[in-house]
Amino acid sequence: MRRLLSGNEAIALGAYHAGVSVATAYPGTPSTEILENLARLPGPYVEWSANEKVAMEVGLGASYGGVRALVSMKHVGLNVAADPFFAASVTGVRGGLVVVSCDDPGMHSSQGEQDNRHFARFAKIPMLEPSDSQEAYDLMSIAFQLSEEFDTPVMVRSTTRISHCKGVVEIGEAASWQPKRPRFIRDLDKFVMVPSNARKRRPLMEERVATLARWADNFPKNEVIIQNTRLGVIASGAAYQYAREVFKKASFLKLVATYPLPKQLIADFSRQVETLVVVEELDPFMEEQIRAMGLEVKGKEFVPPIGELTIDTLEDSAHRVGLLKNVRRALSRKETQVELPVRPPVLCAGCPHIATSFVLRRLGFYRHLNPLEANEGGKLPSGLRQGGIIATSDIGCYTLAVYPPLLALDTCACMGASIGQALGLEKAGVANKIVAVIGDSTFVHSGITGLVDMVYNQSAGTVVILDNDTTGMTGHQGHPGTGISPRGEKLTKVDLEYLCRGLGVRDVNVVNAFDIAQIEHTLRRCVESEETSVIIARGPCPLKERPTSRPFSIDADRCDGCATCLRLGCPALLREGDKATIDKGRCVGDACGICLQVCPREAIVRAEKEIA
Amino acid sequence: MRKIDVLMAGVGGQGVILASDSLAEVAMRAGFDVKKSDAIGMAQRGGSVVSHIRIGAKVFAPLIKKGEADFLVGFERLEAARCASYINPNGLAIISDQELPPLSVAGDAASYPDQEKVARVVSLYTKRLAFVPGLRIAQALGNARVAGVVLLGFLSAFLPVEVALWQEDIARRVDAKFREINLKAFAQGREEAMVFRSTETEAKAVVREEVPKRLRNITRNGGRR
Repeated sequence: MRRLLSGNEAIALGAYHAGVSVATAYPGTPSTEILENLARLPGPYVEWSANEKVAMEVGLGASYGGVRALVSMKHVGLNVAADPFFAASVTGVRGGLVVVSCDDPGMHSSQGEQDNRHFARFAKIPMLEPSDSQEAYDLMSIAFQLSEEFDTPVMVRSTTRISHCKGVVEIGEAASWQPKRPRFIRDLDKFVMVPSNARKRRPLMEERVATLARWADNFPKNEVIIQNTRLGVIASGAAYQYAREVFKKASFLKLVATYPLPKQLIADFSRQVETLVVVEELDPFMEEQIRAMGLEVKGKEFVPPIGELTIDTLEDSAHRVGLLKNVRRALSRKETQVELPVRPPVLCAGCPHIATSFVLRRLGFYRHLNPLEANEGGKLPSGLRQGGIIATSDIGCYTLAVYPPLLALDTCACMGASIGQALGLEKAGVANKIVAVIGDSTFVHSGITGLVDMVYNQSAGTVVILDNDTTGMTGHQGHPGTGISPRGEKLTKVDLEYLCRGLGVRDVNVVNAFDIAQIEHTLRRCVESEETSVIIARGPCPLKERPTSRPFSIDADRCDGCATCLRLGCPALLREGDKATIDKGRCVGDACGICLQVCPREAIVRAEKEIA
Repeated sequence: MRKIDVLMAGVGGQGVILASDSLAEVAMRAGFDVKKSDAIGMAQRGGSVVSHIRIGAKVFAPLIKKGEADFLVGFERLEAARCASYINPNGLAIISDQELPPLSVAGDAASYPDQEKVARVVSLYTKRLAFVPGLRIAQALGNARVAGVVLLGFLSAFLPVEVALWQEDIARRVDAKFREINLKAFAQGREEAMVFRSTETEAKAVVREEVPKRLRNITRNGGRR
């Protein structure tokens, strides 16, 4: 049976047909769809874990219980999960444990670009890299077998262009889900890593890597394609596919097992070709190891180490170093000089994060004003000093409030960092009031420990939890604060108010995310108080709840074009000549209504009968 | 077999992904190798969305090279203009009449390109350009949301895939109550394409001579005019 599957769909289906029993993940682009697709299939236990560390621990536990477990995450998620990931390498497994890391070269939706192949080497864990959906599907059963045979977790590394690219996959007609029988066999030497036991496991890890390298030499998916022997290209993953198109006539060594490297195979290949090059996205991971083998090899001299590879960049740079001749110059060189307006990512119309961000901007950020204007008189209407509030932010839809016109946020480092950073700024002694902004899902992921630290260390800071009752940015996954499973079932809901109170916060407030006056009033009181405070700004994600209400319109006679409403950054509010106008197709009307609250001319009105 | 590269561009929520899914699926069913890759921005809605669909006997790279796309399907004028450099000199640009100004326009920082400006940008790369009244047709049918399917119908007239495969796929993909209107939108788009093809054949002789000469000019001036 042939099916068109994305890499992530293929990974999910491949794991399913390999009999996976437990699958855990925290959603993160480009990895999210792996668990979502597994959740559509009957049988395995699937969960959205609170964070990647927990996901890894649950997967490891399942493996100890004798069944096959899959843990998936985006590249930066593996940083969070690093501790149990390394521990798993030491203890090894019982049932196969496969860790899928989906890297994001080019940072399509990530705060950083990192080459997670280093993690496999760092943790001494074998790594497989699929180069298309078919391979992603096939590799899953191989990865589980490998894991069990060599007593090790196995890492499968995908990238955005593998995870999110659809390709044709051949699936055996008889493929079905056949899980292993759970069984825990007590083995203190293996499972209890007190130093005396861990020391015994260490040499085993080195032996394992050496045996795996020999295995990789004979692994049939590491494919040698001999064409013209003048140029030999070693490549893996998506880079292989680009290289095939750029160097049409060259010979290829396509590597699927990229840690440990199949050194014998590489040496044999190098002898068959005159010039050897490595084409890989991001770091010179293979290149440096191949050079360390004493082989002469080209790589990062011409393949850029930053960003996602494209045929254009690869072709241009190959041309530059003389590996390609007479290439038709890419048309991109003739790129048009016509200026087109940019389309920055925006919060949606009816988004419950807009009002809070607007208020934060209004209370802080006076430095964005004309300095002359701000210094005049010294006092500002809010009563706060200039540069009054610093807003530390986190990872989620609400991070988009950093863009114009909202410009509401000052920091964004990684999941859960806003709270710790706020505490750090406060303890550093900055004069400003500090507000940490975090989403509900992110708060559960890794904000809780930050808040514990604030309470314990008597912070006067304020944490605003922007609670839209879902994980919005990655497409509406459940989390412990929603009580919804990946299969859509109702589970136990962790109550955020009680949680915060339980952590020791006495000043916990719940406000309506669409009520500007209430948000502003509460925020002013909280930042002035000397104790740790939490504000939960609650309102549903409009893409999940799909509110149906009458859209607003603008009374053009009353609108004087002051553009206050346009500062909300609501995509339903547009400019038309000197005045504002509302796109009725996008406006969610009474379900939101924040523009009504900010318009000084009361020019925004409820439409008569126009239901979109 | 020659490869066919199709680039679809639009704004989140317009149905670009649905249309490209459909194209990839019917191409696979018609016996081709297919790769389809979506480049979506961070936002769920309202951001730029680009879908690369590559069809052929064997497809390697998941992304289309600039200057190689045989078809550019623009669901929205501005996003079509943004992707114009992907089209090859014989490629066809199919652009809907839909306008979705981004916030940068609302905030007065830039102006939304009119049809003439888009035509000028596209003409740097190809002479073959069709503005399709996708939104107008969809509205006349009673649902603006089927505008994308009109474009799909238009595109289908140029591809080696039986029309029945398209109809089956669309019927399978949409809700039962919207099936009829989607199939109508598809048929009307296809009809528009037939009209376009007949007028284009007449103009073809002229185009063939003009394109290479024009491109030589662009090379000399580095794209500036």
